[in-house]
Amino acid sequence: MVTAEQVWEKLDEIPDPEIPVISLVDLGVIRSVDVHESHVHVELTPTFLGCPALDAMKRALEDKVRELGAVPEIEVVNDDSWGTDKITAAGREKLRAAGLAPPAPRLLQLQSAVHTCPYCGSTDTALENLFGPTPCRSLRYCNGCSQPFEQFKTI
Amino acid sequence: MNERELLGLADDELIIGWRDSEWTGIAPLLEEDVAFSSIAQNEIGHARALYELLSDDADALAFDRSLDEYRCAPLVELKLLDWAHTIARRWLYEVADEIRISALKESLPLAVKIDREETYHRMHAEMWHERLRNAPQFREAVEELWPYALGLLPAGEQRDALVSRVGLAHVEAVERGTHTDGLPEIWDEMTMVRRSAPAGAQW
Repeated sequence: MVTAEQVWEKLDEIPDPEIPVISLVDLGVIRSVDVHESHVHVELTPTFLGCPALDAMKRALEDKVRELGAVPEIEVVNDDSWGTDKITAAGREKLRAAGLAPPAPRLLQLQSAVHTCPYCGSTDTALENLFGPTPCRSLRYCNGCSQPFEQFKTI
Repeated sequence: MNERELLGLADDELIIGWRDSEWTGIAPLLEEDVAFSSIAQNEIGHARALYELLSDDADALAFDRSLDEYRCAPLVELKLLDWAHTIARRWLYEVADEIRISALKESLPLAVKIDREETYHRMHAEMWHERLRNAPQFREAVEELWPYALGLLPAGEQRDALVSRVGLAHVEAVERGTHTDGLPEIWDEMTMVRRSAPAGAQW
C-alpha cells in the first residue's frame, strides 16, 4: 500500500502542461490526497475555469498514481480553494527564473508597484495588456531594463 | 437561484464567450485580439463549470439542445461587428454580471471563483468605458443596447442596481425567453461539429 507522502512525491514529478518549469504541486492545484487501501483520491482545482490544460492534468495525475500500483480517483473541485497565493515559494522562484513574474499577493493585487521585473528586479514596470498568451498571464514592460515580460495574474 | 435561472446564466456565458471569440484574429488592436480571445476562453470555461452543476455531460447540454431550449438573454446573441457596440455590450454585460454573481457568492462556491476571474474582465471593460464614454458612437451604442442589458437581470432589486450603476432610466426590457436572429445563426455554427460527428469528433 502506498502512503500519501509517496503520492505527493510522485505527483511533484508532473510539470504544469503550459508552464512546465513548475510542477502541479508547486502550482498548488492539488488540494488533497487521500489513500484508502489501493485507491488514491486526489482533489484537483483548476487555475482558471477555462483552462484547456485541465484534462491533460487529470490524465497525468492518473498515470502517476497508476505507476505507484494504485487506483486513481481524480476529482475536479470548482470552488475558490485555489488562488495564486497557493503557489509554493519554490514554485515562485522557478517562475521568476524562467522570466515569468510570480503573482503579487491577493491583497496587493491592484497596486502596480508590487509588480517586479523577473529579469532586473525593478518595480518600475507598466501594464501593457491585462491579457496574455494564456488566461493566467498579463503582459508588462520593464522601464528599468527595457524588457517586456509576462506576469502571472493574481487570482 | 433555481435550475432554470442557472441555465440562463450558463447560456449567457457560453454565447457571450462565443461572440467575444469572433474578434480573434480581426480585432482593431493586437492587444484586443489577445484580450477578447482570453475573455472568450474564460466565459466559456464559466459556462462549462455551470453546465456541470446541471448535468454530467456539459457538452451535450451546451450543444445538443434545440433553439427554443436556450435560456440566454437576447443581449449576448447579437452579432455586433462594430467596435463601439462590442465594447458597449462588454461593459453593460460586466456591470450586470457583477450584480448577479455577487448575489450568488454566498450560496455557490463556484461563483466566488468566477468572480475572481471576472475582476479582470471588469478592469478591461472599465478601461474602455473610461476611454470611450464621451464618444458619441459609444453613447449611442450603450443607449441602443440598454433595453437588452436590462433583460440580463430579473426585474426588481438586481435590475434596479443595474439602473443605478449605469445611470440610464428604466425602460421596457428585451426579456429573456425571447430570441433574436442572432441565436439561430450562432447555434448553427457552434453545434456544427456535434451535428456532423454525433459519435464524437476525433482530432
